[in-house]
Amino acid sequence: MPGARAAATLERWSRTVRDQEGTIVFVAWRDLRFARGRFVLIGAVVALITLLVGFLAGLTGGLATQNVSAVLDLPGDRLVLQQPASGQPSFGESSISREARVGWQTAAGVDEVVPVGIAQGRATAGAASGSGSPVGVALFGLPASGAGAVAALAPRSDDEVGLSAGAASDLGAGVGDRVTVAGHTYRVALVGGDAWYSHTPVLAMTPDAWAAADRRLGGDGAPTVLAVRGAPDWDAVAARTHTSAASHLGSLTALETFRSEVGSLALMIAMLFGVSALVVGAFFTVWSMQRAGDVAVLKALGASTRSLVRDALGQASVVLVVGIGVGTAAVVGLGALAGGALPFLLSPLTTLVPAVAMAALGLAGAAVALRTVTAADPLTALGSNR
Amino acid sequence: MITLDDVTLTFPDGDRRVTAIDHVSLTARAGEVTGITGPSGSGKSSLLAVAATLIRPDSGRVRIGGGSGSGAGSVVDVAALSPGAAAALRRERIGIVFQQSNLLPSLTAREQVLVMAHLGGGGAGRHRAVTRARVDELLDAVGLSGHADKRPAQLSGGQRQRVAIARALVHGPDVLLVDEPTSALDQERGAAIMALIADLTQERGTATMLVTHDLVHRDTLDELVTVVDGRVVAGANAGTAARAA
Repeated sequence: MPGARAAATLERWSRTVRDQEGTIVFVAWRDLRFARGRFVLIGAVVALITLLVGFLAGLTGGLATQNVSAVLDLPGDRLVLQQPASGQPSFGESSISREARVGWQTAAGVDEVVPVGIAQGRATAGAASGSGSPVGVALFGLPASGAGAVAALAPRSDDEVGLSAGAASDLGAGVGDRVTVAGHTYRVALVGGDAWYSHTPVLAMTPDAWAAADRRLGGDGAPTVLAVRGAPDWDAVAARTHTSAASHLGSLTALETFRSEVGSLALMIAMLFGVSALVVGAFFTVWSMQRAGDVAVLKALGASTRSLVRDALGQASVVLVVGIGVGTAAVVGLGALAGGALPFLLSPLTTLVPAVAMAALGLAGAAVALRTVTAADPLTALGSNR
Repeated sequence: MITLDDVTLTFPDGDRRVTAIDHVSLTARAGEVTGITGPSGSGKSSLLAVAATLIRPDSGRVRIGGGSGSGAGSVVDVAALSPGAAAALRRERIGIVFQQSNLLPSLTAREQVLVMAHLGGGGAGRHRAVTRARVDELLDAVGLSGHADKRPAQLSGGQRQRVAIARALVHGPDVLLVDEPTSALDQERGAAIMALIADLTQERGTATMLVTHDLVHRDTLDELVTVVDGRVVAGANAGTAARAA
């Protein structure tokens, strides 16, 4: 009898909803309808802040993706960079010596070491004499056998390159076309998925082709990163080889632009979270103070403090859910529209997580206002002149 | 029935304490309206607050229940209750009509009355239809059947007091406490409200304690107690004689 069971379940749910409406937010719900202008206003403010937070989160995510997606897609358990004599390791300054590479390859517990070369340069569609506009690209040199999205771009021949979707789009090149990098022309062997490094699309080469290109660009041709897989004593090997080993996420701090860019945007998001908690808290504090007399009457009539707190939090929840829902919908809509023109990442991380954080902080702000509710003296309802 | 037995209440006033109620004993019987009168500051509102469990006396006992009739119920010494238990007692056994009606601006007349049922959790779920019917019956009894969907701002002062009376009676309380119900009304409307309270008290067997400084309507009272400086100085049976006549 699945139909009857479903009907019974539906009836039980609907009864529960009716009961909740009846006992928890009886007054709150009617207040929302009665003072709808004020609640629409605060709901609109919540929606606007959600839009700002969501849009900033999307932009932060988009910019971060354009900055580091290729690094995050590199193979291995940890990424090894050269440790300078002073200061922090840096992707831009790192150069892995042969000794360091051998040191990692021979260390106990290491299963695999993939040398990766990263450099930035310009590429032009067509042969060296071609008239295409130069396009900034991130040159990644790594073997095609490695795991990960970037390794999947790597060609098998030294006179070939693999283009990420962004590079192919910027260059207007497809499989079989010619691309010139640092005076040398390569055939496009494949076009893969999106991969970005420091806001430039990835162009992948074989390790040898990369070393040659790096030398032509003024570098030493040595790999800049080792992607290491295994479970060695990371700190000991790093110290012995004058390198640093960090997880993919941890190594992002070695990208100067990422640190400053994401740091600034994250600070703005954090401040907006603070503003949202303050605005919601201030609104519900003023609102609670305005209805302190009503709360005193309800207490005098026999309402428990707990039920009044539930009522107030239920009211705040309705405002927050509606406001945040509208704001998040606007983020999704605008994000989808802006995605083509701006580096905007539309994902649960940039929509749902900020929405949940907004709701939690908004409720925390509303909770501050509960003091007016708990402190209301029912005695003031007697002989009052409201 | 509600009985105040040797109740004393003091308030702090700087370094000393002011006595608001001084060893007062009085009883409001079921089905009767007991009026409490006296000059301003005499302690009559304090008496009502103690009876309503809104304030705990320094000494003495306040008992609800006992006696005979429909409002007998079980006897509770309210002076010893915790705030939570006192709130539960108010929503189950005490009805309060305030001086200024104190209606909630966002609720319609029906919802003002319905809110009492919701405070006790009885207005929801399967009790909803029963509660709503009872509310409509009460609004009809106080002469507001055509005004159930109006908010306080759409009602006159007398109509607002009628809603407040319906709200105070919807849960079938043993005790009805009324604070200056006619202070904001003209004489004609005041007389109508007093008559309504007297009728409903008799009809429902409620023990009604009514604070007033306006003795124009004393013929609707079954008993009149005069309080001066926190002490009962006189009691009378004016209403009983008037009605018998």
